[in-house]
Amino acid sequence: MLSPFIAKLSEIYPDARLLTHDAGLVSYESDGLTAFREKPIAVVLPESADEVIRTVRCCFDSHVPFVARGNGTSLSGGSLPVKNGIVISMNRMNRILRLDPVQRLAVVEPGVINLNVTKAAASHGLLYAPDPSSQSVCTIGGNIAFNSGGAHCLKYGMTSNHVLGLKIVLPNGTVDTLGGESLESIHPDYVGMFVGSEGLFGIALEITLRLIPKPEVYRTVMCAYRSLKAAGDAVSKIIASGLLPGAMEIMDNLSIQAAEAAVHPGYPLDAAGLLIVELEGEASQVDEEFKRLHGLIEASNPYFFKEAKDAFERQQIWKGRKSAFSAVGRLSPDFIVQDGVVPRGRLGEALEEIQRLSKQHGIRVANVFHAGDGNLHPLILYDGKQKGALHHAELLAAEIIELCIRFGGSITGEHGVGMEKRTYLPKMYQPSDMESMFQVRRAIDPTNIANPGKMLMDGDAPALTTSGMHPLEKAGVISRE
Amino acid sequence: MEHKIDLEAIGSPQADAMAHAISTCVHCGFCLPACPTYQVLGEEMDSPRGRIVLMRGVLEQNLPLEEATPYLDRCLGCLGCETACPSGVAYGELLSSFRAHTQDKRKRPIADQMAHMMASQTLPFPNRFRWAALLGRLAKPIAGIFPTPIRAMLGLVPSRLPDSARLPVFTPAKGVRRGQVGLLAGCVQQVLAPDINLATVRVLSENGFDVHVPVGQGCCGALSMHTGDAKMARRLAAVNLDLFPPNLDAIITNAAGCGSGVKEYALLFRGDPLEAKAAHLANRVQDVSQFLDSIEMISLKPLEKTLRVAYHDACHLAHAQGITSAPRRLLRQIPGLELCEIPDGEICCGSAGTYNIEQPQIANTLGTSKAKHIASLGVDVVAMGNIGCMVQIRNHLAKLKPDKVAIPVLHTVQLLDRAYRNE
Repeated sequence: MLSPFIAKLSEIYPDARLLTHDAGLVSYESDGLTAFREKPIAVVLPESADEVIRTVRCCFDSHVPFVARGNGTSLSGGSLPVKNGIVISMNRMNRILRLDPVQRLAVVEPGVINLNVTKAAASHGLLYAPDPSSQSVCTIGGNIAFNSGGAHCLKYGMTSNHVLGLKIVLPNGTVDTLGGESLESIHPDYVGMFVGSEGLFGIALEITLRLIPKPEVYRTVMCAYRSLKAAGDAVSKIIASGLLPGAMEIMDNLSIQAAEAAVHPGYPLDAAGLLIVELEGEASQVDEEFKRLHGLIEASNPYFFKEAKDAFERQQIWKGRKSAFSAVGRLSPDFIVQDGVVPRGRLGEALEEIQRLSKQHGIRVANVFHAGDGNLHPLILYDGKQKGALHHAELLAAEIIELCIRFGGSITGEHGVGMEKRTYLPKMYQPSDMESMFQVRRAIDPTNIANPGKMLMDGDAPALTTSGMHPLEKAGVISRE
Repeated sequence: MEHKIDLEAIGSPQADAMAHAISTCVHCGFCLPACPTYQVLGEEMDSPRGRIVLMRGVLEQNLPLEEATPYLDRCLGCLGCETACPSGVAYGELLSSFRAHTQDKRKRPIADQMAHMMASQTLPFPNRFRWAALLGRLAKPIAGIFPTPIRAMLGLVPSRLPDSARLPVFTPAKGVRRGQVGLLAGCVQQVLAPDINLATVRVLSENGFDVHVPVGQGCCGALSMHTGDAKMARRLAAVNLDLFPPNLDAIITNAAGCGSGVKEYALLFRGDPLEAKAAHLANRVQDVSQFLDSIEMISLKPLEKTLRVAYHDACHLAHAQGITSAPRRLLRQIPGLELCEIPDGEICCGSAGTYNIEQPQIANTLGTSKAKHIASLGVDVVAMGNIGCMVQIRNHLAKLKPDKVAIPVLHTVQLLDRAYRNE
């Protein structure tokens, strides 16, 4: 006997694309963060924007929460199903609708895999810049929801810098268009508001992406250090010199071991810290920059230095780096991927502090990070079969995140708040900031059905009765006059 | 991933291997784009990650086997996911062990059972298969009256079988003798393409190796193993364990499916009295391309005119055995041969052992897509190292342009043989 809600969905979807049986539901109960599991009441597999819109309207009418999911790679539990809710799986909406090499833009459906945009643009000498490590799997829709970054965001910025326009369906089923085909817009930056909203404002149906010219040359180097701090300090020096490489990444010994075992990029296995720096651009400029970079690196005293001699070696270096998270699965049955930010100047200090915490707790921590951005990814290793191990690992993860806040950084660089960090958000923001966020959320999704419980914890909402004057206004610090 | 599998309750010698594979998976999803069924069907249950979750559910006794079975049956076992997996999940070991573990507990529709039985009782036995193929040819005109799986099987029956050829038990090395090898003669291939074995023997002999083909060999059991019939697989494999002389440099196989199957013997025989013997044989087996690449090949004669060749990676060679560069290096040694890469080459052609009989729809989609990619290259020949892929790709190339002469499909070693013989 179908529930009335499922019966309504079955008017939209044929049986094969409306999953309500156990095997279908358990397959969607986790995303890339398996510490959380929740079985949805149904999974739908839309193949057109119209189906998505009708589904959202159906949810709105029946007060059923929904979460949109691409390929389920979120590391913060962003696409974890919501209790008594449905999953709208967008992965079949994977068409590139238009690619305009003259205007340098692509209009895509949200289920397109990130790397496929670059593949499609390659023949025009263009690329899509944001390159999360999971770029061969993760979808543009998910990138939009979490404002994803990646190694090359150091130079080019995050996803929000590369989205020109959006067609969206709001949680109440209304369809809207934000932005357009130009970076400049006369309206408030609605696109900027939607990108990174973690699914709380609805679902993107069509996305206009900015493409950039493929750099003429790349020069990629690896340098190994005897201490992690030395690698971190080298990064601070490079930044301070005014050079802006395309990417600067650091891996510690555990992640080097794991990635080498997975991909064999030729990383030095005895390094305490491996620094990867990539310069890119026009040949003459890159050659000049390389001279400066070489001098800076020499001064930082690495014991190993190697430049990728061809495209294959470069690709291997990056493949190793981008496989690091998953490769750590070789070292430990379970781990928590953390994502925090510290000011770049305090990178070395933060790393030492993390190492100290790791020793103190007796828990191994592997470190992989976008050093140029100060974006840390400590991987906290534990064995879920041991009683209390997850809890203990979570305690350490919490201390690392608090460290990031204390250092003047952020609780997330690119993985988002999702389920994982929602309790830390109020530690980073003032109650008044939190309250503003809740107000915006309520205005856009008054019935609280779009990915509820992610990012903003419902139970912890500050009293909304205080709407009116901003607390700072009340305190006389700011005024509207 | 965390699991709550009660290893003792499962009680199979492969339980540890299954639990280990499940706990190694971190659910990152890197396998999704590498999975042919996820590409075609676009749902999580038909992805490697999803299937691991389903197997976990069944092993934890949280999910009824019947719920998981359709999705596990749809897995090609191509192991594209293993190549893509950064965590090193031994998916193949998990899948074979799981299929073996659940073989007796599962229910299949009668037509599927019949097709499965017909395949498993004929393919491994060259004489039976020869008769079955002849019967099948007679039945072709009335294929429409049979249920789908059997119709699919008839569709694969070749319209003409090559004459059977007897393999010499011993072929001496030509020129300076460099060593001696054994040849695993295989089953299906002996009937469908006896020339592959003959070419292998000639190329090995040309390169200074004595070639032994011991009498009494049977199927290596790989086909049964990969569909979960572990008992049958062990029975077939046991026949070959004692046949090869001890002083060989290697035992050569020229079918990727067989090579990968034999290399898994240690797991298949785990806990069996024959385990040590089986593991020993497994260690001696090498694919013909792997072996020829490890020796210095006698130089090949230049071709009369340039030959453009696409090399197709058989999944059981590339993903299961990690052999991708060796065959390419061999082919490049033929002067005048230009090697081309097939777009999306890492995706399975849909042959996958008996998959094209058991899941004809998905197999057709993959086969058509592979044929289109090959045809887009404008090559003279397509080369590969597995008889299953050869049958599948030949069929789909022919279907693509029924009115034209299809691109010839050859085994890597057949191309080498022709180059040596200047054909």
